[in-house]
Amino acid sequence: MSKAISLRRQGTVKSAGAPGWNPLSISRGYGGYLIGFASLFVIWHLAAVYLVGSALFPPPGQVLAKAGVLIWSGVLLEHIAVSLRRILIGFFLGSLAGIPIGLAMGSFPAVRKILEPYTEFFRFIPAVAMITVAVIWFGIGEESKIFLIIYTTIFIVILNTAAGVGAIAKNKTRAARSLGASSFQVFRYVALPATVPYILTGMRLAMANSFVTIVAAELVAANEGLGKMLWDSRLYMLVDDIFVALVSLGLLGFVIDRLFRWAIFAFAGRYSPVA
Amino acid sequence: MALVSLRNVGKTYRSLQGDDYVAVEDFNIEIEAGEFFCLLGTSGCGKTTVLTMLAGFEQPTTGRIEIDGRIIEAPGADRGVVFQGDDSLYEWLTAVENIEFGLRMRGIERKERRDRALHYLELVGLKGQENKHPSELSGGMKQRIQIARVLANEPRMLLMDEPFAALDAQTRLSMQSELLKIQASTNKSVLFITHDIDEAVTLADRIGVMRAGPASSIKGIVDVDLAQDERERTNDRFLDIYKTVYGMIREEVGIAMSRQEKAAGQGA
Ligand SMILES: Nc1ncnc2c1ncn2[C@@H]1O[C@H](COP(=O)(O)OP(=O)(O)O)[C@@H](O)[C@H]1O
Ligand SMILES: [Mg+2]
Repeated sequence: MSKAISLRRQGTVKSAGAPGWNPLSISRGYGGYLIGFASLFVIWHLAAVYLVGSALFPPPGQVLAKAGVLIWSGVLLEHIAVSLRRILIGFFLGSLAGIPIGLAMGSFPAVRKILEPYTEFFRFIPAVAMITVAVIWFGIGEESKIFLIIYTTIFIVILNTAAGVGAIAKNKTRAARSLGASSFQVFRYVALPATVPYILTGMRLAMANSFVTIVAAELVAANEGLGKMLWDSRLYMLVDDIFVALVSLGLLGFVIDRLFRWAIFAFAGRYSPVA
Repeated sequence: MALVSLRNVGKTYRSLQGDDYVAVEDFNIEIEAGEFFCLLGTSGCGKTTVLTMLAGFEQPTTGRIEIDGRIIEAPGADRGVVFQGDDSLYEWLTAVENIEFGLRMRGIERKERRDRALHYLELVGLKGQENKHPSELSGGMKQRIQIARVLANEPRMLLMDEPFAALDAQTRLSMQSELLKIQASTNKSVLFITHDIDEAVTLADRIGVMRAGPASSIKGIVDVDLAQDERERTNDRFLDIYKTVYGMIREEVGIAMSRQEKAAGQGA
């Protein structure tokens, strides 16, 4: 029932975003993004060709051509796939562990007191600072990267989830109790759905941080991945390749973040404007 | 025997600064089965505190609260609560899903609970709004959902905390008469909290007037011996009762103000 409604709503949003020059429809649909991205490339081009005019700052056309070559040879997609795979595995494992821990911390003061020293301590040790020990412990392969992404993800997800539980209006759980819900039912049918927007927001933040971590980790110690590509390109002064890697990171992050925003709105946006 | 009795009930809150605040002390009322009892008092006097204990959300510091002769230890589906404000509704559920929440928790089969929920949705005048979410409804509509959610659960008693306080005068009037109709047809006991004298005289069988806090208790109980068609501001008997209650409330406001002045004087 609610699914049908949300689908219908997306339908209206989409039709409002159809190409056209109504400024309102541009601000609500994809037209605005198109203009935004187009202007980004135009400014980049102008800056590279007329302002800088150096081989160290290639214009977008040249980078695009290089990207075509790298895609054709399979190198670029290989690097992207490796980085993305590391992010996704670590991100899902970190979220999988972080959500129940956050729910428990938010629901039970005893659990909060026991676990808070951990979250408060590790929160201030950034994942990039852990690269060194990760490599010493797990080597330069997949394990160290996945460990680092889990580390990046888990604390952000825990803190947001616990904050979400803490933000539930007392009257919501009280109403459930006086309607006959058991403690477990209050948890399952009130605390959990009320916290979903916070969980998704935490995951979205964690995903953004995962990009930072993976590039840093691959720069320092890796055989593959976008970070490694950046490092090697610098070594051989392949400026075009550096830019291809940078643009790939930006696009990848943008697409994934859009997916998250879409999920937050589709799932929870109607009742919780946290996105 | 009364359905509900509160005997020598007291509630002391511990503030965040660590000192104690006696909200209610030596509070006594009895509510009969089928009775519409209004608890009336100035804002902050302790009305919600009493309801919170009767609902079982909090325990009294002293005294006994009983329903059917048994001490109230926890919330239960026999006492349906309509909360002050609308933050008790579930924004992720539709109107009808909110209304059937209690039935769902109690394991009532899908088709039956949906039918019952729709029945009460219609009863509170929201037919056709069943698939809207709370964020798409007006304040008055949300209050109706709360009421329907409680009615659908078929409690023995309704505990209502200033349910119409946030509504415009017109909506409030129609909600009041709807509530009276519902109460007459279902014969449920009601504890209705309000700070509005007019509302209390319009609705109640009896009005319990509370003293100003701290350490509030019942100042007096006023019988509202009016027929349904007498419950209007233009009616003389209505006005007599109104004046009696008004006098009591005015006294309490005076006491509260002189206390405030004294406290301000001490602070200076
Ligand atoms: N949880 C609480 N902790 C501390 N003080 C409270 C708490 N709840 C209510 N109080 C205090 O008790 C008094 C009565 O509050 P309440 O019962 O909400 O009043 P009313 O519903 O009549 O407006 C107020 O002075 C209020 O500040
Ligand atoms: Mg109150």
